[in-house]
Amino acid sequence: MNKQKRDRVYAVLCTVLTLIFIAVMLFMVGELPPLGRADNPDINEVVEFYMEEGPEETGALNAVTGMILHYRAFDTLGESCVLFVSAVCVFILLRIDGEASNDTLVAIDRRYEPTGDPILTQTFKVLVPAVFMFGIYITMNGHLSPGGGFSGGAIIGAGLLLFLNAYGLEKTERFMTSGLHRRITALALCFYAIAKSYTFYTGANGLKSFESAGTPGAILSAGLILPLNICVAIVVAMTIYSMYIMLRKGGFNK
Amino acid sequence: MSIFLSNMPEYAAMILFGIGLSNLMLAKNLIKKIIGLNIMDTSVFLFLAAKGYVDNTIAPIVTVSDLGHIDSALYTNPVPAGLVLTGIVVSVSVTAVLLSIVVRLNEEFHTLDIDEIIRILRKRDREDLQ
Amino acid sequence: MSPVQNVPAFSILILMLCGILCLVLPRTASRRLADCAIALVAAGNIALLLYFLRGADAYIYSMGEIGAPFGNELRAGMLEAAVASLFSIITLLSLMGGRAHLRSDIGRQKVNLYYISTLFLLCSMLALVYTNDLFTAYVFVEINTITACGIVMSKEDGYTLAASMRYFIMSLVGSGLFLISICILYAVTGHLLMSNIQEGVAQLYAQGQYRAPLQVAIALMGVGLSLKSALWPFSSWLPDAHSSASASSSAMLSGLVLKSFIFLMVKIFYRVIGVGIMRSHAVLDLLLVFGILGMVMGSVNALFERDIKRLLAYSSIGQIGYIFCGIGLGTSAGVAAAMVQVAVHACTKAMLFCAAGGLMDASGGSKKFRDIEGAGRRDPYAGVAFIVGTLSMVGIPFFGGFITKLSLVQAAVTVGGWRNLLSILAIITSTILTAIYYINVLAIVFRAPETAPTKASEKLREEWKKQVRLDTEYEFAIILFIILNLTIGLQSDRLMQIITTGLSMFG
Repeated sequence: MNKQKRDRVYAVLCTVLTLIFIAVMLFMVGELPPLGRADNPDINEVVEFYMEEGPEETGALNAVTGMILHYRAFDTLGESCVLFVSAVCVFILLRIDGEASNDTLVAIDRRYEPTGDPILTQTFKVLVPAVFMFGIYITMNGHLSPGGGFSGGAIIGAGLLLFLNAYGLEKTERFMTSGLHRRITALALCFYAIAKSYTFYTGANGLKSFESAGTPGAILSAGLILPLNICVAIVVAMTIYSMYIMLRKGGFNK
Repeated sequence: MSIFLSNMPEYAAMILFGIGLSNLMLAKNLIKKIIGLNIMDTSVFLFLAAKGYVDNTIAPIVTVSDLGHIDSALYTNPVPAGLVLTGIVVSVSVTAVLLSIVVRLNEEFHTLDIDEIIRILRKRDREDLQ
Repeated sequence: MSPVQNVPAFSILILMLCGILCLVLPRTASRRLADCAIALVAAGNIALLLYFLRGADAYIYSMGEIGAPFGNELRAGMLEAAVASLFSIITLLSLMGGRAHLRSDIGRQKVNLYYISTLFLLCSMLALVYTNDLFTAYVFVEINTITACGIVMSKEDGYTLAASMRYFIMSLVGSGLFLISICILYAVTGHLLMSNIQEGVAQLYAQGQYRAPLQVAIALMGVGLSLKSALWPFSSWLPDAHSSASASSSAMLSGLVLKSFIFLMVKIFYRVIGVGIMRSHAVLDLLLVFGILGMVMGSVNALFERDIKRLLAYSSIGQIGYIFCGIGLGTSAGVAAAMVQVAVHACTKAMLFCAAGGLMDASGGSKKFRDIEGAGRRDPYAGVAFIVGTLSMVGIPFFGGFITKLSLVQAAVTVGGWRNLLSILAIITSTILTAIYYINVLAIVFRAPETAPTKASEKLREEWKKQVRLDTEYEFAIILFIILNLTIGLQSDRLMQIITTGLSMFG
């Protein structure tokens, strides 16, 4: 059998398999509980607990934030680690080490994209402060209003990229060095891991933790949720920035 | 028919998942494969978001004045929201890693076609043996 | 609560913390930190195992003040502790055994990143072993996928990049199916913790509700996890990924990563779906059939392979087939046999990959059969390791492989019908094939170089003889591996007892 024929057979086989898969899944969805009913199996004591006890116990008015950073904090720690290890993998693949000097790094800068456009650059300059402000607002109010560390961090990261494109590499890398990036990420993740280790330990062993809910509704409340949101935001922003810089030129300035 | 209409988002999610899966299996171009993977991920988020929705309710954020007498029946299910968040983070990280592999492969083989890459590798292998 | 009960949570957290710290530490310090952290975790898990052996019962460890059904939980029992200790010991030994290769395969600046990946890989495997929450399992499955890919591609050449691309895409399809399956289970039961889902599923099954979603969820779970654990025919990515990576990466991938997904699968079958429901589901038969096909096909492919690491990778596909055959039999004796195979294969295959690294060093870095002729004489440690590994894989009494085959046959005899005959036939065929290709390898490894070599090859051989280096760490690791294998073979009664007690704690 020649290659073309084999490819054809493979394509037909894949299509048939996918169609069977879709048919089975559609049949299955028809048997699932209908959309939007309040008596579905997933509306149970767990949801009731998160909504009715959660805000007072954790101090977070936003039940989703309270859930992911208090009750299911281990998942969220894992999630931040997913970001961290993916950044590490991108470093493994794209970081240029060793004898490559700054000149080579600048020479291969922007291999895969067009260079700056004056209109875009000027718009970025106007937008940057507002974007940073918005990101910080979303992070700090994660326990009170929609948002939280992940979304706030993504916005701050986007702001960093805008800043980079508005003011150029030289100005950005005056403060965003490889050392700063590494230290700040490690510090944020370590704080998260250590703080949560403490609450896991006290929780599982029935000890009293210093964490307190404070007055729900105030910015400085909700125990560890606010600091953890800030840590998560730092990790997300740093990951986004470092991935961008790796794809763009393969390394930080030394 | 009524069940079809009532579970519309889930049906759409499953069809999208199939589209993504077939794209992943059939596309030769690596970037298109990655797009297929992203369609698959997104369809799962749609499925989850549909599972969390409850008719006539609002987002699960209470106000200070509600404290003390919160009625959980007024709010949507917060659990799927958290799960979708995790899913998005995972999908973003995985896409970044995949794209960096593609950049490296393109540097190495000057092509984005996976079949072509395998062919070049086989050829190298044969030259190695001689 | 006894202090030793904190071991599961803290071994995961310590590995995570050390992985993060490796980002800011200098090279040597991060290597030492990684070694110390893994050794500490191994010691802790062995202490936990001893605690269970003294008669303690399985327990639930809630991650935070609030436990089920609201917060994350871990669960530890005898089997979990045993698997976790084995995983951490083998990770440490693989790192030691492949250290010389790490120096040559990975850029000097990127060694830290390799250790980060390794620490997170072990961390995610321990989390998969201990978790009592399905969604936590999903998150750590993803960490596992990314870091496993990271340790493959850290040797940055064309082969590993292409191989890791295929590996990554296959793994991601697997985790996508796994995630959908979790979503369906959540939609019909409204829980994410394993014990609560099991209650819900049992209730739904008794009432006959949501039959189709449950069946589909079980099937997707099975397919998704068997994609990730390289059940034949989903194993096309395995030979490339495992053979092109650096020696310690291959050892960890083949020895441990596949096993962590299999363990998760067994855990889900026992603790999420429930044994009774599982036995009535067709997915078990499917696993049995594909396991049997994998046993035969992996060995057949290995027969024609002329590359030592690819041969070991194909042999892994065959050995994974044994595990799935055991699980597919559906009886608790079958699952126990599968677990024995998990332990035996983890030790043996990791040792063989490290030894293959040694053989390659003694043959100028080539892994082709024509180059490694007589390498066992140039590097006697690797030679002895290959003898022990072959004896175990073929299933000579007093070695690990024999126990697996014996317990698998014993489990197969008790089930009726076609399963019985087919699996016993497959075991016999695969054993014969395994014996043929492993003995062939031994013959090549110990054969004196041909009488009339070409001038060029003679010169090369002289060079290699000089190059055989004195690497005490590698020799130490190989000796420890051999001792580990012999211990498992000789202490098989105790191993079997741990596994059966552990499985009974699962229910």
